Amino acid sequence: MIEIKNIDKSFGDNKVLKNVNMTFKKGQTNLIIGESGSGKTTLIKILIGLYKNYSGKVLFDGSNVSEMNKKELKKLRQDIGMLFQGGALYDYMSVEENIMFPLSLFTEKSEREMIERVNFCLERVNLKGKNNLMPSELSGGMKKRVAIARAIVMQPKYLFCDEPNSGLDPKTAILIDDLIMEITKEYNITTIVNTHDMNSVMQIGDNISFIHKGEMWWKGNKEELIISNNEELTNFVFASKLFKRLKK
Amino acid sequence: MMMRKVMSVPEKWSVFNKQLILELEKIGLNSIGIVLFISFFVGGVVSIQTALNLQNPLLPKYLIGLASRDSLILEFSPTMISLILAGKVGSSIASEIGSMRVSEQIDALEIMGVNSASFLILPKIIASLFFFPLLVILSMGIGMIGAWVGGLSVNVTTSDFMYGLRYEFIPFFVSYAIIKTLAFAFIVSSLSSYFGYYAKGGAVAVGKSSTEAVVYSSIVILVFNFILTKIILA
Repeated sequence: MIEIKNIDKSFGDNKVLKNVNMTFKKGQTNLIIGESGSGKTTLIKILIGLYKNYSGKVLFDGSNVSEMNKKELKKLRQDIGMLFQGGALYDYMSVEENIMFPLSLFTEKSEREMIERVNFCLERVNLKGKNNLMPSELSGGMKKRVAIARAIVMQPKYLFCDEPNSGLDPKTAILIDDLIMEITKEYNITTIVNTHDMNSVMQIGDNISFIHKGEMWWKGNKEELIISNNEELTNFVFASKLFKRLKK
Repeated sequence: MMMRKVMSVPEKWSVFNKQLILELEKIGLNSIGIVLFISFFVGGVVSIQTALNLQNPLLPKYLIGLASRDSLILEFSPTMISLILAGKVGSSIASEIGSMRVSEQIDALEIMGVNSASFLILPKIIASLFFFPLLVILSMGIGMIGAWVGGLSVNVTTSDFMYGLRYEFIPFFVSYAIIKTLAFAFIVSSLSSYFGYYAKGGAVAVGKSSTEAVVYSSIVILVFNFILTKIILA
């Protein structure tokens, strides 16, 4: 479980996050939704430790990140898998090398054991046999799946996904969503997905937090979201005329 | 502050060595062609121009070999080749690291718990420190062959040229050239890495970081060339 308590973050005079409190549960896909510029990415960057100057607490299974020493932080980072918006695969490494990279750095596994684990992860994301392809030879959806394989190769406790569906067609997007949800349930991990894709929200939203202008505005699940009367949330989720008609 | 992060012990030596071999190939082996090509032709031109300036019959022909040798060893090979490498290697380092920064590959390293600065930059610095002096020594040799060919084209005999090459040779000049080159190798690799590592934005930022890397590396090389020459030779 991950908890954030009273998080404030500013860039100069611009206060991006204001007193944000959230809880992300284990074994669930926890979604952070909000308009562009609402503070979602800043929040996720605080959670994964890329932004350090903030006030408030981030607790991973009860341990405060800002009170951890270097060794504890390093250990925590090895428990984190991250799926970046563009995949962030290393261009000069093949699919196999990309997925194997964390294993070769942080484990003492033999080459054969590492390849076995890579093959298992590739099979899990339906990319069996694509070991020797380079990132430039992959489609957008395949890149995301390789990135998911790399994120789960170390068997993380926490999985973070930043806009996992951006740039994907609706069908591939749903495949990625399903994969994230299956992995979350299968390994019983805490997954946090940062998105503004409404298909994702309806597909995998176990626990949804809506951020508006840097503040925590609403939380609930996908069923509650549909019937919610929160004006800002309704305007965001049911933005199109068609959706508004459907909601009515 | 970046250098403190860079100069830390690698996470795992086997991974570091793999990265180092990659950099040796990219920075060193891939630069041999351009260094050979430029050195040969510049050597030839130095020799021809020296011959044209020493047409007085009282001046012995072997001076052409001597002047070419000293020009190549003292200045052309260490400084000019380093400036050329600042363009080739420096821009490549800055754009590679800059692209990794804007496509979140560096963030991915950090999240895994990898010291990204050390992982990416240290092998580049070591590869540069190892290969720049080798390239410069190669440039001296090929430059002198070019100078000999240039000399032949303006009627300087091989024996005159060879006599000039050996005449009053001071081995310390080669040491001076290598000391300078080591400093320039560090300047090019560290400055270029710095500009790439702190690139912000998109493709334009990568292009800007690459340009800045070349410009600042060249300026700092020229300033240090003056300072080192004053300290070591004067």
